[in-house]
Amino acid sequence: MTTQKEILLDPVFNNNPIALQVLGICSALAVTVSLSTTVVMCMAVLFVTTMSNLAVSLIRNRIPTNIRIIVQMTIIASLVIVVDQVLQAIAYDISKDLSVFVGLIITNCIVMGRAEAFAMQNGPWLSALDGFGNALGYSVILLGVAFIREPLGAGTFFGFEILPTADNPGPFGWYYQPNGMMLLSPSAFFIIGLFIWAIRSWKSEQVEEIEYEISDNVQYKEAM
Amino acid sequence: MEHYLAIFVKSVFIENMALTFFLGMCTFIAISKKISTAIGLGVAVIVVLAITVPANNLIYNYLLKEGALSWAGFPDVDLSFLGLLSYIGVIAAMIQILEMILDKYVPVLYNALGVFLPLITVNCAILGASLLMIEQDQTFAESVVYGLGAGVGWALAIVALAGVREKLKYSDVPEGLRGLGITFISVGLISLCFMSFGGIDI
Repeated sequence: MTTQKEILLDPVFNNNPIALQVLGICSALAVTVSLSTTVVMCMAVLFVTTMSNLAVSLIRNRIPTNIRIIVQMTIIASLVIVVDQVLQAIAYDISKDLSVFVGLIITNCIVMGRAEAFAMQNGPWLSALDGFGNALGYSVILLGVAFIREPLGAGTFFGFEILPTADNPGPFGWYYQPNGMMLLSPSAFFIIGLFIWAIRSWKSEQVEEIEYEISDNVQYKEAM
Repeated sequence: MEHYLAIFVKSVFIENMALTFFLGMCTFIAISKKISTAIGLGVAVIVVLAITVPANNLIYNYLLKEGALSWAGFPDVDLSFLGLLSYIGVIAAMIQILEMILDKYVPVLYNALGVFLPLITVNCAILGASLLMIEQDQTFAESVVYGLGAGVGWALAIVALAGVREKLKYSDVPEGLRGLGITFISVGLISLCFMSFGGIDI
């Protein structure tokens, strides 16, 4: 039982796809401007990763090795088309906001990476769990970024105003001046960089090896 | 002519694939440790984008768009829901063909690009450029210029980042930020610089 729990929870903190494996950042950052788009995006990724891992794992013994990438790609693309069509049908506005990024789940390295690295070797149930766990790790980072970006950038939370802005000042005439920078792309990089810093300070075994070290200034000591 | 120049400049600087749309980020971060490899990857992306974007444009306009099949006698057919599947198929096939052609006729270039070509299939910048091209409803000529511009912009960004990272490895970075963390923050700063092109209206 522990292995199942490990497979599910390991990618969330210990082996996070974004913070450690550098996978799936591509479509991740641009959708984090508002929380509602982020939640939809995370759900889409959860669905696609779980289902693609499950499907790839079910047919893993029948896929010829030479064309496995194409087969995986076709499965993933079909799932993404389903998600895209469903979104256009039930949440048209959000689907417009996400524009090309739903389609880009196809090339999201997490989906491909997990299908190739895990689902090709493991059974369907474990693969589905692994897919779900990795998508969860992705969602945690994404929601964290959106959680910082939307309130600071627009003063809203899921579209509801929590910090009154200048157009509609709160009691005593105080208001929050939205930080427009939070709505622009660079802020997402800064926030993720800081997240990585936080995770690595907490789990210090993830710190990368130093490539060059500045040696002590020997001449200075000799002169003393 | 001016119109095409405007599209080119816009896709290189103002709507830079990597720094404004965050496309192709995984490769962008993973393969930017050395300038020479970054240049190799950048050239490969330019070549692939310049071929696949126009190819997908043709596929969309003559096969998938609503009413696009009227030349074959099916004026009411709308296959645009098959878009994603066809684009990724075209990209994968194009890269495979390109690999074979390069291997046979230009082995020097093949050896230089070899490792990167298969990797590019899953580079979001390639699919992303095709999807953006469809969204902007470009004509064939526009899509040629756009594909080329998007590639050049991406290549420029990755070479710039590689340059920064080559210097960065000698600096004394706080422990937790070492490697990935500081790279993200540098990309943020480069992206901030590219924002300054934002107001330009051509």
